[in-house]
Amino acid sequence: MPRDLSFKCALGLLILFAIVALIGPFFLEHDPLRGSLRARLDPPAWAPEGSATHLLGTDRLGRDVLARIVQGARISLAVCVVVIAIAGTIGTALGTLSGYVGGWLDRVLMRLVDLALSLPVILLALLFAAVVGPSFLNIVIVISLVLWSQYARMSRGETLRVKNEDYVDLARTSGLGHAAIIFRHVLPNIAPSLIVVATLQVGVVIILEASLSFLGVGVPPPNPSWGGMVAEGRSYIVSAWWVSALPGLAIVLVVMAVNVVGDALTDRINPGLKGRGA
Amino acid sequence: MLKHLAGRLAEALVALLLMSLVIFLLSRVIGDPVALLLSDSATEADRQMLIAQLGLDQPGWRQYLTFLGNALQGDFGQSVTAGREDALHLVLSRLPASLSLAGIALLFTLVVGILLGVLAAVTRGTVADLAVRLLALLGQSAPSFWLGIMLIYLFAVKLGWLPTSGLGGAVYYVLPALTLGLFTLAAITRLVRASMLEALGSEYVKLARIKGVSEWAVVLRHALGNSLIPVVTFMGTFFATMITGAVVVETVFAWPGIGRLAYESIMARDFPVIQTVVLVITAFFILANLIVDLLYLAIDPRMRARS
Repeated sequence: MPRDLSFKCALGLLILFAIVALIGPFFLEHDPLRGSLRARLDPPAWAPEGSATHLLGTDRLGRDVLARIVQGARISLAVCVVVIAIAGTIGTALGTLSGYVGGWLDRVLMRLVDLALSLPVILLALLFAAVVGPSFLNIVIVISLVLWSQYARMSRGETLRVKNEDYVDLARTSGLGHAAIIFRHVLPNIAPSLIVVATLQVGVVIILEASLSFLGVGVPPPNPSWGGMVAEGRSYIVSAWWVSALPGLAIVLVVMAVNVVGDALTDRINPGLKGRGA
Repeated sequence: MLKHLAGRLAEALVALLLMSLVIFLLSRVIGDPVALLLSDSATEADRQMLIAQLGLDQPGWRQYLTFLGNALQGDFGQSVTAGREDALHLVLSRLPASLSLAGIALLFTLVVGILLGVLAAVTRGTVADLAVRLLALLGQSAPSFWLGIMLIYLFAVKLGWLPTSGLGGAVYYVLPALTLGLFTLAAITRLVRASMLEALGSEYVKLARIKGVSEWAVVLRHALGNSLIPVVTFMGTFFATMITGAVVVETVFAWPGIGRLAYESIMARDFPVIQTVVLVITAFFILANLIVDLLYLAIDPRMRARS
């Protein structure tokens, strides 16, 4: 497939995901939280006994799977946006400062980043989540805690690159303060690389949130998280495969689209990063 | 080089120490160990006695030092669940199952990943290349818990070819190893493909071709050798991915390893076991990275020259 076509398809898929997450819940025929006991484990419409009432079938409590996937998209997107905002802000602030100031601050902060990167992510998240209990806020805190380091590393490296450029020197000799230099000259120039990191992290965040919800320490039921839905459907996979399979498919499609777009952005914005990361 | 090594070793120790502190703090917050250990008929006096016995009346830093001291002597306490098993013993008894699974998965991903990467690079732009790249994309995007459930449904339930879960003979390894390895397989494939393409376009490969070296020899001897260096660089990451991935995969496949033990102990608020298992996993994590560092020094002459 030509590069451009796959990029456009992936971008389209991501836009669709965002639209579904934002306004999809307003157009739902069924309540994602309330089921009908008469419609338990109804198969999807295309199956032999399926009906058009529940296009993607129903789960054990008779709740519409499509409605829950749409509602789940909103939760996934919300976690992504909040995590990337928190982790991105903290990581970028520390990384830029570290690269700009240098010296002992840089050494200490970078050791901290090395440490954060050398700890097993999911185990740490599981531990935190088990301590504070499953809730949206805690999921966001846990995932941000383990992901800030990637922004820190990237923004530090980029700041080091930018800080000795002529235009920064010029700004300094013309008497501009450090804060102004960072905000007006450093940050705008390192932003593209950070956007690449953020894009690639959307996939990581979605999978982490889903994994934690799958393990029962993520978004608490009855809220429909994609990972939680896969976990719920797992015990009756033999009689009703769609309950587990379809929310998982939603995860795969979105993460795949994110990876394609992220790769394309890496190629365009910062080819030097190629082969360095995942 | 010796200095570099010592630095890395010190770093590893600090990481381990920090992790032990994090675990210690967390496990004290998770639950009240006294409430878990006491029976319903226990009196206040029993309670006080147990608190003193466990050292919980001591100040926090003292408890941590005691914990550290005991841990260094291999004493991690006992599980608070019914069996009261020795925590370290419990974790070590689950270690072989995890290591054999991760080992087999890693071996499988290395062999298949390198093969697919080379195949895709050599057949660049053809259907084969496209298929390999699609597989790699899928492998990097599918969450392992879902993949595991789907593989169980397809190969164990529908086709009946393989067992659904548990540990037994060689056939029991197929699905868990595949699930655990697919992400890494995709990563290795992409890495090898990219560096093979780079190597195939390089001057020394052009020279070899001009000199009349056969295409096979060009690919295998000249291009592949250099393409494997990045794979070695990421070996630590790969092994680490597998160790942490084990928590999810072992839970899905009811695999009796340390990943599932970690999950179960966290769910049961069994803090001595949590501490032990997280420390052991972290130690492996750090050890893997250390070994890769050494391997890298050995394999890449440029690194040796620099240090």
